[in-house]
Amino acid sequence: MVELIINDIKVKAEEGMTILDAAKSVGIHIPTLCHMKDLFPTGACRICVVEIEGMRGLTPSCAYPVMQGMNVKTNSPRVRIARKTIIELLIENHPQDCLVCVRNKNCELQDLSGAYSIREHRYVGEKKEHAIDISSASMERDPAKCILCGRCVRTCGEIQKIGAIDFTNRGFVSNVTTPFNKGLNVSDCILCGQCILVCPTAALREKSHAKEVMNAINDKTKFTIAQIAPAVRASLGEEYNLPPGSNVTGQIIAGLKRLGFKKVFDTNFAADLTIIEEANELIHRITNNETLPMFTSCCPSWVKYIEQNRPELLNHVSSCKSPHEMEGALLKTYYAKKMGIDPKNIFVVSVMPCTVKKFESDRPELTEEHLADVDAVLTTRELVRLFKVAGIDFNDLPEDDFDNPLGESTGAAAIFGTSGGVMEAALRTAYFKLSGSELPSFELNDIRGSSGIKESSVNINGTTINVAVVNGIGNVGKVLDEIEKGDSKYHFIEVMACPGGCINGGGQPIHQKPEKVKKRVQALYDIDDKMKNRRSHENESVKKIYKEFLGEPNSHLAHEILHTTYINRKKILEEV
Amino acid sequence: MKSYLEKCCDQCWHSVDTPCEQFVACCIEGPLCHKDDECTRKYKSLHNHLKNIEHELPIIFIGMGTCGLASGADKVKKTIEEELGKLNVNVLIVPTGCIGYCAKEPIIDVKLPGKDRISYCEVFPKDVHELIKTTIVDRSIFKKKLLGTYGNHSENIPNINCTPFFKRQQKIVLENCGIINPDSIDEYIAYGGFKALDKALRILTPEKAVMEIKESGLRGRGGGGFSTGIKWELAHRKDSHDKYIICNADEGDPGAFMDRSVLESDPYRVIEGMIIGAYAIGASSGYIYCRAEYPLAIERLNRAIKKCREYGLLGKNILNSDFDFDLKIKKGAGAFVCGEETALIASIEGKRGMPRPRPPYPSDSGLWGKPTVINNVETFANVGNIISKGAQWFSSIGTESSKGTKVFALSGKIAYSGLVEVPMGVTLKEIVFEIGGGIPDNKKFKAVQIGGPSGGCLPESVIDTPVDYESLKKVGAMMGSGGFVVMDEDTCMVDVAKYFLTFIKNESCGKCVPCREGTKRMLEIIERIPVRYETNGNKIDQLQRFKGMIHLQRLADVIHDTSLCGLGQSAPNPILSGLRYFRDEYEEHLFERKCEAKVCKPLLTYEIDPEICNGCGVCLRKCPAEAIVGEKKQVHHIIELKCTKCGMCFESCRFEAINVN
Repeated sequence: MVELIINDIKVKAEEGMTILDAAKSVGIHIPTLCHMKDLFPTGACRICVVEIEGMRGLTPSCAYPVMQGMNVKTNSPRVRIARKTIIELLIENHPQDCLVCVRNKNCELQDLSGAYSIREHRYVGEKKEHAIDISSASMERDPAKCILCGRCVRTCGEIQKIGAIDFTNRGFVSNVTTPFNKGLNVSDCILCGQCILVCPTAALREKSHAKEVMNAINDKTKFTIAQIAPAVRASLGEEYNLPPGSNVTGQIIAGLKRLGFKKVFDTNFAADLTIIEEANELIHRITNNETLPMFTSCCPSWVKYIEQNRPELLNHVSSCKSPHEMEGALLKTYYAKKMGIDPKNIFVVSVMPCTVKKFESDRPELTEEHLADVDAVLTTRELVRLFKVAGIDFNDLPEDDFDNPLGESTGAAAIFGTSGGVMEAALRTAYFKLSGSELPSFELNDIRGSSGIKESSVNINGTTINVAVVNGIGNVGKVLDEIEKGDSKYHFIEVMACPGGCINGGGQPIHQKPEKVKKRVQALYDIDDKMKNRRSHENESVKKIYKEFLGEPNSHLAHEILHTTYINRKKILEEV
Repeated sequence: MKSYLEKCCDQCWHSVDTPCEQFVACCIEGPLCHKDDECTRKYKSLHNHLKNIEHELPIIFIGMGTCGLASGADKVKKTIEEELGKLNVNVLIVPTGCIGYCAKEPIIDVKLPGKDRISYCEVFPKDVHELIKTTIVDRSIFKKKLLGTYGNHSENIPNINCTPFFKRQQKIVLENCGIINPDSIDEYIAYGGFKALDKALRILTPEKAVMEIKESGLRGRGGGGFSTGIKWELAHRKDSHDKYIICNADEGDPGAFMDRSVLESDPYRVIEGMIIGAYAIGASSGYIYCRAEYPLAIERLNRAIKKCREYGLLGKNILNSDFDFDLKIKKGAGAFVCGEETALIASIEGKRGMPRPRPPYPSDSGLWGKPTVINNVETFANVGNIISKGAQWFSSIGTESSKGTKVFALSGKIAYSGLVEVPMGVTLKEIVFEIGGGIPDNKKFKAVQIGGPSGGCLPESVIDTPVDYESLKKVGAMMGSGGFVVMDEDTCMVDVAKYFLTFIKNESCGKCVPCREGTKRMLEIIERIPVRYETNGNKIDQLQRFKGMIHLQRLADVIHDTSLCGLGQSAPNPILSGLRYFRDEYEEHLFERKCEAKVCKPLLTYEIDPEICNGCGVCLRKCPAEAIVGEKKQVHHIIELKCTKCGMCFESCRFEAINVN
């Protein structure tokens, strides 16, 4: 322990702690822009500078360790002027179009401008000019709004280990961009949207589908249907200042109905269906000695990743569509037939915690005779914006229920939204299918939590099934290398591109606190806990749909509607 | 024996695979392991031959550093060869590096057997015929181009070190530059090279070597002035299997060319310093980070490294001391910021050349995360002499806090530009007026820019400042790497500030906000000063100019206070020193809208003196803006609103009728 003085307060801090953290421990807030917890400090933004007695210049508190007897001032006039000037410099090279910006009132630069009372334009001059990159199906990059804090670059490179964007040029013309400035669509980007979550401004944002959705709702000939992903219900409340982890399923359904959707179904229904199909595929692979380990296919970022980087391993990926695509496909076949609606007039909107689902819904493999399974995807954030435009007072909404028959779900589906959830749900069902009896315990604690790679093994009738959960795409490389070398011990592997799973997806409310994500995860486990049915094969509606329409799991019809194919994207990218 | 690698007899067994610890000592005093008069004679003869004491043919030395080559040394060499061919005379031609007298290149030395080496300057191809005839054929002195002799001073031929340019210099780093053939390791050894390495490996422990450097008081010559000994000590104390030593040869300051010249003229000296450094800290591999703009330096370094490996001075078990060390050259792509040590390390690692916050310092975690020492070329070039002559000898030179000598690259408005090495403590005045020969064309001295873009402009009022780290800092400049640009009364200080700020703005890596955004805004403020806004009538622009000036000091202070690396922290120096010493000039620009030095074109007014103008019409025809009117043989006039201040009229008037104010 070392003792130091910060703003005349005696502080005890652990050796190696930064001044920033030591100050925080006694309630002194120091603003930062480039700082990222648990990553090596870059010291780029210089907002967090403090004055240390005896040192020549000001010192970045995020990068400097505490020392015995140090006397630190975080709020001296010299520090305040420095911070203010730095904010002024950032603002002067920024479009300053807050009123028409998607991040208005949720922008770190705007917050700092407010906090430091910026009231004049002291250093007017040339501003940088960059075109907006709209090439990708899911995301937009607007480098003019970029303040070059580098958090997206580090998230993409150091956490996700993709490296689709980096700094180019130098000095005043520095820019964060894709290789050769060619556009996200031809880069290594997997569109996970983690960069959006860390962007302090609106330099990175989703590509909005709000207009398409509203046009469809206003089109009297369209039968608009919304479906909600498991993770959305545990996070949307944050945008209305509800405590993190509030379950707002009922209000979202009511809100969507008020927006004008004819029906609101639950993606969880299709999640149960996915489990049935995927568990059967796994059993088939195991019993017939086919390609193992099998990967889950729920995460389109992961699918895009393997298509781009390891296409030779694509036969390891389950052929199941992701749940919302299954739901969409059933809506345009089973449901349309049942209700006597022309599938061409059905407009399916998925509300997702995810940016890459937009890209996924555009995939030609997920389109049947010019009819896409899903027509539009809204992120959690976009739905909130639509609610606001429509004057929906979310907190006062009465709770509503999902429509049926594609609205019923089990606890197994609810936990799809968190890392390890798909695996847990699949094991509950696979165990039953293989052994005829239920898994001794519902909770598989080995594969819960926030580790990068989680593993577990289950003994089913004397056969050990080894499973792994890859939490965050940055951890997948090792697992893939093992498979390539032929020494993988696993049978089944879940991969979620976003650290934490969909609950921390790129389409979720923008936050900077890991504690929030933990609470959201807990909300999903609570939903599971409270459910009467906690295994997918107990879903009555799913059973009914097999009886009425699909026949058996993995039947020919099921394959046609619920399964898909993949392509070698490496080849395509290399050609570009 | 043609080279030291040749064995004097079968009893000598030194080779790369079977290194002898006495190899270097043997070269000078040899043979040491056996007694044989014939062998002693062989060594002695080789030594005398290499030092040009004994030779049969006349020798012509040609300065072939980059400065020499730029002045046409290549052509001179060719002409000499042709001339000698015509005369059918056998002469040995030896290319050397740069003696430092760049203003007088090409420099040719002639040495006849048994006579002194005599130096001639500004020898161009047209002079060659006469030079050869006078010196080689007639064996006399070519008075017209005489610079001096390396032998005894006499009335007719002054010793070169008695000439004004060399008189005040004390050459330690540059002692071999321009004297020896930079490509010959044998000559380097004959002139005392690798003696220090020999001493370090055989007599000194690494601890002792560190102590010797520490006690000498040697400080980093790259700009910061941190104690080299302490730097070595920190890395030496680190317990790590891998350590690195790096030579920073990324000399990027405008007007600085000391490191280039040392690398081109005496590459072995730098390598020797690095080997000693590596031995002292316990590094087994090293890098020379040299900018790609120095192709000649890289070429010579590459050859030198190869030679050192052949001689067993680099590689495994150097001189049978159990110490392994090898060197690689890493070419820099020319980013100024890569001279900053953490950015340089990032660049070697193949990353974007951007600095990172310290701590951890490179001595704890440098290249590839291992303890690393980075020193400048000139620092390494000092090491050999300190080790062989001792810390005491070195610390007797210079001032209380700044020991040894410093090499400066004299350029700008000065009579004798070139490289000078002076003991610390010499005043700026002595350098400018005694060594540099003052300002040419009877102009007045205005300022000296010292320390590169991060340094400051010092006026006549502080010209008695001694050259040492602390004194220069006190007056608002810094030692820097040794750029020394002299300015005369025709230099506008606002324009100079603009030049250096443009350089810094362009070279900012863009990582931290104050440097990336702040230097751009500072430059914009300075750029607005000389602009005339009357013509476009934009009052807001005029307002911006004053507003910028009001906030300039604040901006400069914040950039200085908060930037990540030295480049940013010192970026405001050109402005700060300008405002400190030349405030009048800034105010004159701002309030009187005048530029005394007549550099800021938009502020100039051109007028035709009606008393002188005879209406010849030349200016009218030359004016590209049709701003001049007047009938033939009548007095002409300039329409100010139309005038673009291009100066064509001024240049074309044969009667000096045009006044510029």
